[in-house]
Amino acid sequence: MTQPLVAIEGLSAISTRDGGAPVLRDVSLTLEKGEVRGLVGESGAGKSTIAKALLGILPSTVKVTGGFIRFEGRDLLTMPRRELSDIMGRDITLIPQDPQTALNPARRIEAQLTDGLRLKLGMSKKDAHQRALQLLDEVQIRNPDRVLAAYPHELSGGMRQRILIASAFALNPKLVVADEPTTALDVTVQKEILRLIRRMQEAHGTAVIFVTHDLGVVAKICDRVTLLYAGKVIEHGATVDMLTAPRHVYTRALIAAGPRYDRPNAGLEPVPEAVFRQLRAEVGLAERGI
Amino acid sequence: MSDLLFEAKGVEVTYGMSKGMFGHGRPGVRVLHGVDLSIKRGETVGIVGESGSGKTTLGRALLKLVPVSGGTIRFDGQDITGLSPDAMRPLRRRMQMIFQDPMASLNPRHTIRQILTEPLFLHGLATDRRDAERQVRAILDRVSLAPVTLDRAPHELSGGQRQRVGIARAVLMKPDFVLADEIVSGLDVSTQAQVLNILKALSKEMGLSMAFISHDLSVIRAVCDRVTVMRFGEVVEEGPCETVFDAPQSPYTRLLLDAIPLPEIDDGWLTRPAPSLETAA
Repeated sequence: MTQPLVAIEGLSAISTRDGGAPVLRDVSLTLEKGEVRGLVGESGAGKSTIAKALLGILPSTVKVTGGFIRFEGRDLLTMPRRELSDIMGRDITLIPQDPQTALNPARRIEAQLTDGLRLKLGMSKKDAHQRALQLLDEVQIRNPDRVLAAYPHELSGGMRQRILIASAFALNPKLVVADEPTTALDVTVQKEILRLIRRMQEAHGTAVIFVTHDLGVVAKICDRVTLLYAGKVIEHGATVDMLTAPRHVYTRALIAAGPRYDRPNAGLEPVPEAVFRQLRAEVGLAERGI
Repeated sequence: MSDLLFEAKGVEVTYGMSKGMFGHGRPGVRVLHGVDLSIKRGETVGIVGESGSGKTTLGRALLKLVPVSGGTIRFDGQDITGLSPDAMRPLRRRMQMIFQDPMASLNPRHTIRQILTEPLFLHGLATDRRDAERQVRAILDRVSLAPVTLDRAPHELSGGQRQRVGIARAVLMKPDFVLADEIVSGLDVSTQAQVLNILKALSKEMGLSMAFISHDLSVIRAVCDRVTVMRFGEVVEEGPCETVFDAPQSPYTRLLLDAIPLPEIDDGWLTRPAPSLETAA
């Protein structure tokens, strides 16, 4: 049996700021090479925490209390700092949520896009420039010369997100962590960006962890999906199975809660209190306050 | 009495315009180019569009929260286009607003009790403390919040609870009209459904008219009777929800609808070309 690209095993973490409240509870999941895996859940589900753990950028207020994150068999959590920084930014990269703040406003796109090429791959300035032009072409930016010379504020949100995608795939990573990459975008731009991520992922054979709260986005881009609640895995499986034959009541309730423009009389069913009670019991959470 | 509560015709809004001396003012940027919008009594009209479409500006123009540079706005038969802030004041109670971020619109140093009772006194809607408390408790129950909420501060509540406080505050004024601007865009779906159901039920019960601004066509369809689709400061399509959603006439509406990812498997969706914006007709 081939080893999975990523194997998270029994990962648990607490928030030191919140009186030691658990933020991840015994999370296990595996990611195969080249697959797109959705991490979905409502706020507080822990989906972003898992993404940050994979990138080695957990905030200092989150402490891992158990478990492993094996990347090609090596545990990222105990790996020496030096080895980790070799992997991060080269084998594992990020597409961030907010294209407005992820780019340095004081540096031209060229400088930001070629950093990795020069520092991690040791490319010359000239080669890096050529590669950057190619990358922008890959993400369908029509006038790459002008864009390379531009500052972030001169570009639209959708354009900036394309650049961040180009940058994430620049070094042919094995894993791209996309943390709500379309949440801040208009719906027509979102569709272009989803299409682009899928195309780049297929062209480069890259595995993608796709963090989102939107089951619609999951349906369109993820091969498999993991649903979380309060730091615990509630259900995982192939996207088609989870959407057409959800096993957990919470999964079913979430699908029924979302309004749909094509079905005016369906959707908008609040998740019943009984479902939350069951979830809290399963997770081991105390009853909610008011 | 006309059955129209709001009637806006040819509304223009220009930001950053200055008159200047000797006619050398700055022309400014026009963000609404002659928009028409009517809202009947008891009707909820959705205003949808992407960023920069002018949907928020249109909402604010209706309430005269931004200067209107052209067109007319009538409220309950009265032309309010040129009314001064003083002249607008008696109408203010009748037009309420619920904001996108309830945390930013609720005073963080006040308890929910203060936030809800003070406007009642300000508008002379409560005779004394006991009357105010009674009204506030009744509305709290309607938005499914426990009475202990009254002693809490906004930051102690969840996003959904704060948004329900926002709704309670607006409807306590017994308004004729409520402007709701992206009020569920920061909420989780499970919370969103509850907030929207409460708002729908209350508006029906009270015969409220609403302008419901959202970027989310699915949310619009769930709560609105009619919808106005905007793009670049113009209305591209308007009509009853059934018509606009089931048989959209504008290529732009079709493009918007096509771009919504529905939670069902559709393998061709990502690669299928988007509907063209070129009008065939």
